[in-house]
Amino acid sequence: MPAKKKESADSVASATRVTAGGVATAPRLAVRKTYKLFIGGAFPRSESGRTYVVADSKGQFVANAAQASRKDARDAVLAARAAFGKWSGATAYNKGQVIYRIAEMLEGRRDEFTALEVPAAEVDEAIDRLVWYAGWTDKLAQVVGGANPVAGPYFNLSSPEPSGVVAVVAPSAPTLLGLVSVVAPAIATGNTVIVITDAPRVAITLAEVLATSDVPGGVVNILTGSAAEVAPWLASHSDVNGLDLTGLADAKLALELEQAAAETLKRVRRPAAAPDWSADPGLAPMTAYLETKTVWHPKGL
Amino acid sequence: MSRFEYAPAPESRSIVKLQPSYGLFINGEFVDGAGSFKTISPASEEVLAEVAEASTADVDRAVKAARRAYEDVWGSMPGRERAKYLFRIARIIAERSRELAVLESLNNGKPIKESRDVDVPLAAAHFFYYAGWADKLPYAGFGADPRPLGVAGQVIPWNFPLLMLAWKIAPALAAGNTVVLKPAETTPLTALLFAEICQQAELPPGVVNIVTGAGETGAAVVNHPDVDKVAFTGSTEVGRIIARAVAGTNKKITLELGGKAANIVFDDAAIDQAVEGIVNGIFFNQGHVCCAGSRLLVQESVADQLLESLKRRMATLRVGDPLDKNTDVGAINSAEQLTRIKALAEIGSAEGAERWSPACELPDRGFWFAPTIFTGVSQAHRIAREEIFGPVLSVLTFRTPGEAVEKANNTPYGLSAGIWSEKGSRILAIADQLRAGVVWANTFNKFDPTSPFGGYKESGYGREGGRHGLEAYLAG
Repeated sequence: MPAKKKESADSVASATRVTAGGVATAPRLAVRKTYKLFIGGAFPRSESGRTYVVADSKGQFVANAAQASRKDARDAVLAARAAFGKWSGATAYNKGQVIYRIAEMLEGRRDEFTALEVPAAEVDEAIDRLVWYAGWTDKLAQVVGGANPVAGPYFNLSSPEPSGVVAVVAPSAPTLLGLVSVVAPAIATGNTVIVITDAPRVAITLAEVLATSDVPGGVVNILTGSAAEVAPWLASHSDVNGLDLTGLADAKLALELEQAAAETLKRVRRPAAAPDWSADPGLAPMTAYLETKTVWHPKGL
Repeated sequence: MSRFEYAPAPESRSIVKLQPSYGLFINGEFVDGAGSFKTISPASEEVLAEVAEASTADVDRAVKAARRAYEDVWGSMPGRERAKYLFRIARIIAERSRELAVLESLNNGKPIKESRDVDVPLAAAHFFYYAGWADKLPYAGFGADPRPLGVAGQVIPWNFPLLMLAWKIAPALAAGNTVVLKPAETTPLTALLFAEICQQAELPPGVVNIVTGAGETGAAVVNHPDVDKVAFTGSTEVGRIIARAVAGTNKKITLELGGKAANIVFDDAAIDQAVEGIVNGIFFNQGHVCCAGSRLLVQESVADQLLESLKRRMATLRVGDPLDKNTDVGAINSAEQLTRIKALAEIGSAEGAERWSPACELPDRGFWFAPTIFTGVSQAHRIAREEIFGPVLSVLTFRTPGEAVEKANNTPYGLSAGIWSEKGSRILAIADQLRAGVVWANTFNKFDPTSPFGGYKESGYGREGGRHGLEAYLAG
């Protein structure tokens, strides 16, 4: 018996279908994906009802992506804050497993990203980077924290803790590796994030990876649209604790965002001069959104 | 409980040789500034000295001197040599500790027993601790070849003048930076004595520069384009201005700002120890402490008993002459601060909280405020939300551990917190949930050079002390 040819969704779209009775019918029309936002583990449309046209590298229309608004940004902050307690309180082992699971899911869906014109090598790097951060979750506290030998009869221990809710402007390129490189370190350390990106197809496809990876809803929230429009609301939001501008190329916007963030004393990472997203990231992306908590207790009989 | 009467036991002032006027300390020598201002003793309002006020041009001279010293001498000096200068400074602070303590109490108003037993020994210990790091930086975990940043501009508050100077200067110098430091307007004198200590230690000129003055001088330090690093300890209000000012620059910044710490007493706490901790938490240094335990959260079932003990203990506090060795609570640092404390206390009463102070005679001259507690405080009260920075405690109650955590974290600040309980697992669980940089369990207001200090949220960012404290002064 000849093996049945399995057809991918795209090839089905262009192929002529043959019914069981052998009668030829019209070509099957592909079911397109609606690119919505990713907030609190769900995929809502923008509250504003707005979309914007996304084209591929040849200028061909591919989607009407949701264009996030101020209200969406605020909803994302609520979702990120709501998720923070449980995620930051999850064991380091558990966080590591969840992030490793993202890598597994990404590996399984690599074709979806190459179909979106992400180079295969970049997908590889993004997967490997997730694995790298997955391994950090239960090691960082030993590297950056520790016992302090105070001059007295006290137990004294410093431990890293997440800053809270971090707003991130994702780099425009590389789309997938850039996004993974700014999201993974923040969540590996127990923060929850809101990412603004102008690469909606890659970002929302990654959201689908996240949604099937045991990442609790609200830990990563993705807003597609204009950083210039949405980021100022996050930079000035008093329930956001950190702001990552490393991927932002617009120096004027970065300055305005950093100034807005000063009002609530957010931890800010400034734009990197010439970001090399494939280089070893070091500890800085993780330690930027960590607080050090030092606990004292007397010793005595 | 009756109060023991003590005869006055004042520490002699004779060890301090005040000069009628002090210049700025730039490039290793004292020079005239553009203007001058008087510095007083807050306990008597007596003028202690005339101090130079640095203009923008003076600050520029200081930054230039620091830059030269960084490039010519200090930045390239082997760590083990830098270390020896810092060890020298630590030793001289210890040798001149009595003089420093008396001067600190005179200029700041804090009790001599605190300046003698806390501020000055900790300042010496801080230099001793960071001295040892100077030749071990590659082992600190900030890269194999960590480099200094250059010139650090540092602005410090008036509550622990010498100690805050040590927190700022010791790690900066150990890492190979040079500094321009501005002491607080009301407490410049120990910083100027420290300048003399630098001379005694033969520290190369320009490595440490001290520019005295007020807010404008501080702004000139922070905004100077040739400053690579800004370190500030002070109010959250000024912290915001500084964070905004350095936005978009390449300056590295650390901020240690305000607090409104919760001191949480559970029903299973050792009450007498907790009372001592509460008193230490809010009345140490007249409550002029950013990490002061200014919100007492007490479990409802023990609230009456605890408050009775607390009031009895407060009645034994001795308020008065900072130089008297028996004094527990000294003078409020300035007329301005006293006005602010009084205003917030008035608001506390007006908003319906119940005010109580022990009977205590306050001196006629100087700035004084009796130890005060407010009971019946709700979370909405301004005295439960705003930093008073004085000897004023707001008492709130709670029923469950969850409620205690909720109330403790219900503040934009996150500098410190206290937990009182005899149950280990409870202490550790609560400590995990508190959003604060320092958590004191069954103790309060403990500091050590090895122990990182600094806040969450709007209490600032960065840590001072310990290995962590080096990070602010190194480029990885």
